[in-house]
Amino acid sequence: MPSSVKKLIGVVALFVSLVVVNALTSREGLFGFGIGLYETEILMLVGINVILAVSLNLINGVTGQFSIGHAGFMAVGAYSSAYFTVYHGQAWERSLSGSVGESFAHVVIFLIAILIGAIVAALMGLLVGIPSLRLRGDYLAIVTLGFAEIIRIVILNLDVVGGATGFPVPGSVNFLWVGTLGVVTILVVRNIVRSDTGRALISIREDELAAEAMGVNTTRYKVLAFVISSAFAGVAGVLFGHFKRFLATPDFTFIKSFEVIIMIVLGGMGSITGAVFGAIVITILPELLRRLPQIGGFNFADLRLVIYAALLIVIMLTRPQGVLGEREIGLHWLRRARKAPEGDKQVGGDEGVPITQQVGETVSEKPTKEVENR
Amino acid sequence: MSGAPEPSGVRATKEDSVITEAARTARSKEPASGDGSILRTDQCTIRFGGLVAVNSLDMDVRPGEIYGLIGPNGAGKTTVFNLLTGVYKPTSGEIRFQGRRIDGLKSYQIARRGVSRTFQNIRLFPGMTVLENVMTACHRHASQNLFDAVFRTPRFARDEREHREFCLELLEIFDLARFKDEGGTSLAYGNQRRLEIVRALATRPELLLLDEPAAGMNPSEQDDLLNLIHQIRDRFGLTILLVEHNMKVVMGVCERIQVVDYGKSIALGLPGEIRNDPKVIEAYLGD
Repeated sequence: MPSSVKKLIGVVALFVSLVVVNALTSREGLFGFGIGLYETEILMLVGINVILAVSLNLINGVTGQFSIGHAGFMAVGAYSSAYFTVYHGQAWERSLSGSVGESFAHVVIFLIAILIGAIVAALMGLLVGIPSLRLRGDYLAIVTLGFAEIIRIVILNLDVVGGATGFPVPGSVNFLWVGTLGVVTILVVRNIVRSDTGRALISIREDELAAEAMGVNTTRYKVLAFVISSAFAGVAGVLFGHFKRFLATPDFTFIKSFEVIIMIVLGGMGSITGAVFGAIVITILPELLRRLPQIGGFNFADLRLVIYAALLIVIMLTRPQGVLGEREIGLHWLRRARKAPEGDKQVGGDEGVPITQQVGETVSEKPTKEVENR
Repeated sequence: MSGAPEPSGVRATKEDSVITEAARTARSKEPASGDGSILRTDQCTIRFGGLVAVNSLDMDVRPGEIYGLIGPNGAGKTTVFNLLTGVYKPTSGEIRFQGRRIDGLKSYQIARRGVSRTFQNIRLFPGMTVLENVMTACHRHASQNLFDAVFRTPRFARDEREHREFCLELLEIFDLARFKDEGGTSLAYGNQRRLEIVRALATRPELLLLDEPAAGMNPSEQDDLLNLIHQIRDRFGLTILLVEHNMKVVMGVCERIQVVDYGKSIALGLPGEIRNDPKVIEAYLGD
């Protein structure tokens, strides 16, 4: 089975590269080479934002429902998992360490934290989704925005998670966690999109009435997309909280939600690779702009937010459908590039007949009359 | 892709294909209601405020027939259609499909019972290819769930392959298979209409509702459509209900015709009877 072998090789290669990057970001580095703390932090944020963007893309891009409450679900994931780690996880980890070893205990406890963050965020998605997904367009957007703010304000007033003073979280997230979960998010969303469920979701985006007429329970599928998306936002929140080691509600305002929307709009709504691309650009671009040079006594880095905004406007004016539109970058591009010459050779095999003519023949070869006679 | 031998191979297997099989079983099946009707409305009424759009309408569609619902503009034809497909809920009265009540059900529930429709103004999924458009309609018969999709289980692969083959076969029958990877809405107008019918058929319905299928077609396309409707009924063993105000199409294809005007049924009969019915002539031409 060459395809399964290929898949296995792909998985192994991916994992090895994640381990290598992880080693580079670690304090010891890899064979003496390493990335600085600043670059590491950006890399981690890229990974977390990839999870956020790809998951939001499932609602906004694939299902076509405009939600601007992603930061709320991220906050739910972050705080619920942090609560677990602080009040239970640490104790469990200590008692587990004795029997199975420290690092294994850490992995187990952190996995539980991730699950808790995902499940609580998914439940919150369900709770918010059921009433609000009866609304469309602008109304849905406003309601999700409102819910996200409610979530944030509630957390702000919960003393058990620190309230307004913030919530210190013990934890150490390395790049291996972020990278692996980023890949898992991309794969899960991709597998969903390319399935019967995905077609149902896309049909809702394309024409809700026709989707219903084809037997798609549109409300159920909208809520489903919302719940899955919220779960992954929760995972991103878990990683964010345990990586930053300090949670404060200003990190989860609607500005964060808009940032994620900018990522998917920039990359191209409905495109998974577009969302990844958008997440990378939007995370790195502001940091790169900090390094703008000083020319003639004028510091361009001071204008970085202006330049950032102007760049976004230029990109959106030139490519309103997003950089990738609805297309995907993937291995199939390489495959197509490799296959194309072979196809040409075959067609061109008959000498003396122009290629265009042959192509025309193969197209018209398909039966037209026989169908009528049947 | 091997060019020449493939189409003939597809045609050769077609006789014992899924589709003909389904048609055979559908035709041999006795109507579930037992009273000889597949779709029946009983004193069906809908009011919008003071306006009675459909007034005590009785309909009785028999299995396997091509039934026409006609009437002048504003007679309430499309409202009837929307009642039958669950877009509206009747104010009073009953709608039964295969003996079971469907009034009050949601559109998707009615679709899942086996009623499929096309739209007056074509509603394909623009962002999807021709094949994807049709495969979306296989949703009713999908045996895969979310778990299968995420973990790519053998059941997912089997389900996906079956639907794909089924849809390609359907497209082949309607001579649309060569466009399978093109955008659904990039097709020519006539082909878009056919694709919409293919999509409706992919839900494997018992009853197919066609909403003004001849709208915007020229006379030669209309002739093709007449043939097509007959072929669909015979090949798939369906019942077809069509709403239309193009008289040529209605008289050419329908076996029984019901005429509505101001939401009320004013005549029901064979095409020849309808053509000469004074009430129908009055409704269409005025007094």
